[in-house]
Amino acid sequence: MSAIENVAPEDQPVEAVPKRAMTIGSGTSFVVLLLLLIVPLFAKNFIIFQLTMLLIYGLAVLALNILTGGSGQFSLGQSAFYAVGAYTTAVLMEHLNINYALTLPIAGLVCFAFGFLFGQPALRLSGVYLALATFALATAMPQLLKLNFLEHWTGGVQGLVVTKPDAPFGLPMSQDMWLYYFTLAITLAIYIFSVNLLRSRSGRAFMAIRDNEIAASAMGVDVALYKTLAFGVSAGITGVAGGLGAIAVQFVAPDSYTITLAISLFLGMVVGGVGWLPGSIIGSAFIIFVPNIAEGISKGLSGAVFGVLLFLIIFLVPHGARQIAIVGQQLIGKLRKN
Amino acid sequence: MTQVQLAQGQAPLLAVRDVSVVFGGIVALNGVSFDMHKGQILGLIGPNGAGKTTLFNCLSRLYQPSSGDILMEGVSILSRPPHRISEIGIGRTFQNVALFPNLSVMDNVRVGTHARTSSDIISDSLKLAWVRRSETSVNEKVHEILAYLDLEDVAHTIVSGLPFGTQKRVELARALAADPKILLLDEPAGGLNHEEVHVLGDLIRRIRDDRHMTVLLVEHHMGLVMSIADHVVALNFGRKLAEGTPAQVQADPDVIKAYLGSKDQ
Repeated sequence: MSAIENVAPEDQPVEAVPKRAMTIGSGTSFVVLLLLLIVPLFAKNFIIFQLTMLLIYGLAVLALNILTGGSGQFSLGQSAFYAVGAYTTAVLMEHLNINYALTLPIAGLVCFAFGFLFGQPALRLSGVYLALATFALATAMPQLLKLNFLEHWTGGVQGLVVTKPDAPFGLPMSQDMWLYYFTLAITLAIYIFSVNLLRSRSGRAFMAIRDNEIAASAMGVDVALYKTLAFGVSAGITGVAGGLGAIAVQFVAPDSYTITLAISLFLGMVVGGVGWLPGSIIGSAFIIFVPNIAEGISKGLSGAVFGVLLFLIIFLVPHGARQIAIVGQQLIGKLRKN
Repeated sequence: MTQVQLAQGQAPLLAVRDVSVVFGGIVALNGVSFDMHKGQILGLIGPNGAGKTTLFNCLSRLYQPSSGDILMEGVSILSRPPHRISEIGIGRTFQNVALFPNLSVMDNVRVGTHARTSSDIISDSLKLAWVRRSETSVNEKVHEILAYLDLEDVAHTIVSGLPFGTQKRVELARALAADPKILLLDEPAGGLNHEEVHVLGDLIRRIRDDRHMTVLLVEHHMGLVMSIADHVVALNFGRKLAEGTPAQVQADPDVIKAYLGSKDQ
């Protein structure tokens, strides 16, 4: 056979990300973590609220990243899982007086089950067809939440008001700041679990399916099982994000969870870099802050400005934040050599 | 699982019994039977469209035969879904290389151990102690196989960037990672040059001897089959044309006719 050539993986197609490149170095992680810990101490409550939402959407984008970047399945239905998580938390807190922190694992489990079950029929679909099926789920969800016989629990069109929790143990913190650190802790835990998962045997099975289903199956990977598991995990994490979102916004209503949210999350994933987990937070920043920036540039044409900004990003860095990170890494590498 | 322990001796490791495959109105395989014995290298040959790949896909459970049976150590494999074939010791490679292009060589081979390991998403997410132990032993095994196939230098390279010949070797490594009893090789010489084919032949023989494997070689390249196979089965138009030692099959008039055509055609 031919001589072994060590080909540098620089010119990789970035549609799917090699496993090692799914995370960032420990130095960078440390700096990011430090910023996330310190910045709220010097920020106003509204900024802290926005940072909380940044983490929450970051989680939801991360969940989509596991599904699409990891197992290669598309979803435009993440808003439905987010809604189920949000309503589970809201209903448990307001109707059953369950502690907010306890509602989150329940929301996660409910959504895991929902996603896993939804994954079953979705097995027969792939690519654009799967995207369409999940799109249908996202379109149906707000209407399902408005159904009459659920109104006692969901509050119908009016939705439910959720009480914001106080900081525990008499900590001298505002409600917003406490919720921020609470969300940060959960986000970090889920991020670490996700990295572990994608680096494990299960994660390899996901990526094997993404790259070649027939070969994966020949290696003993139960394709149907792992595809539905990926849906379940993704929905579960989105559910926890939804639950946190309900607490942070203090309100759930059917029309907060339309297809627009699902598309935003999809956008966040693309801008952050498909399959690059740290990009999730950057994607999340994009979907939270860029619409505001667009509005700042032109009030009347904010949608168009947003569109132009998005177009520029896709044109200049088609692989999202990950591409910038790689270029940055190479630059640092060169500087070190000199 | 009912793993029937058969008496040593004549009992075949894999038995293909009267297998027929019909697609719509086309008969792709018509009552093909043969046995594979432990330690054998069996070459399956035939012109294009003879049904080699169809038979291969029956063995790896991608196709369901319309009739007949395939027995592995005396037990039918036909009720098994494709993903439960590697656990009973049938490993395969693909005709045009079917690796996981975005994974590293190491990860590709690691996926090969999937059927020989177990885990669940909770333990994996939490990286529990037993998961870490299992990963350590997987890594040891993968390194052993990479060293065996001289792939250690590219262990962390993404496979899509590797030359075709190396990719084929990675595929072989991936199949070996599952500790198969039978290795199904689908046209391993395809796309290789003369020199590479020669090296490949040696490698297949070496794998059979070192790792005590039985090899089914589906191949176009007559030179390779005739030089390394112990036993050859020739197919044409979905039927078994001839069977025997390479020399016998090569001399068979029907085989010559199928490959070269006869005067009255």
